[in-house]
Amino acid sequence: MKARVTVTLKTGILDPQGKAIEGALKSLGVGGVASVRQGKVFDIELEGADRAGAEAALKAAAEKLLANTVIENYRIEVLG
Amino acid sequence: MKSAVLVFPGINRERDMARTLKLMSGSEPAMVWHADTALPAGTDLVVVPGGFSYGDYLRCGAIAARSPIMDAVRAHAGRGGFVLGVCNGFQILCESGLLPGVLMRNAALKFICKEVYLRVERSDTPFTRGYNTGQVIRVPVAHGEGNYVADAETITRLEGEGRVAYRYVAPDGTLDPRWNVNGSTNAIAGILNERGNVLGLMPHPENHIEVSIGPTDGRGLFAGLTQHFAKVA
Repeated sequence: MKARVTVTLKTGILDPQGKAIEGALKSLGVGGVASVRQGKVFDIELEGADRAGAEAALKAAAEKLLANTVIENYRIEVLG
Repeated sequence: MKSAVLVFPGINRERDMARTLKLMSGSEPAMVWHADTALPAGTDLVVVPGGFSYGDYLRCGAIAARSPIMDAVRAHAGRGGFVLGVCNGFQILCESGLLPGVLMRNAALKFICKEVYLRVERSDTPFTRGYNTGQVIRVPVAHGEGNYVADAETITRLEGEGRVAYRYVAPDGTLDPRWNVNGSTNAIAGILNERGNVLGLMPHPENHIEVSIGPTDGRGLFAGLTQHFAKVA
């Protein structure tokens, strides 16, 4: 079973890397960029086919390691 | 003072720390591997040194904070045992939940390797008793992620409970955004946990110890801890 965990910075947390990317996009002349926030994507292959079990495992992975919930939010997707 | 220095893959300041602990306390620290599950019996002080544990993968300190030895460190702190985290060690303590908040990328995005000035905010803790309150010390920093961030409630608590032990200041001891090198909230350089037995600090006092190298302003931190344990014993 394939799954994806996306980790993004919470609103209000300063993201200097996103700001730098935003600046670079603007200097490249890419139009219409209002702001950039950088996050992380984890593609995870799970054993077994139990969807509820998979969601529980992904939640544990995100809470225990993949996201620092002081500053980050996460989203879990089971892609099937 | 019986100390233990933790060693993780990618750590590179553990020998500086061990040398300083030996010089200042008179006894050789134990070097404890991350995969170990116990600290040497009778350890007074656990030191989490600086470096780049696990290559800063995922987030600085994130993987090291979940290694087996950290359960023993949490138990040690829970019993009132002392823990000092410097640089990557501070990041590891935040990631392990022993200290609140997180160290983000420096506001100016650059790795900073230079000397900074710190103001000692209080001298009535074992981690600061080697200094006077308000004393300004000169110590080096070397980090890319030292920008201390926490939610507003946590910052209010830290300030209200006097848990900011060290702050980045100008050489005359005044707060000045130009001297807050990494953009930390309230120029925070070092914080204590609620109980006062865990300190996390971004700068490297262990590198300003010996006259042959230069300034010796870092001695106070280790001298204070040594005095504390001499008194306890």
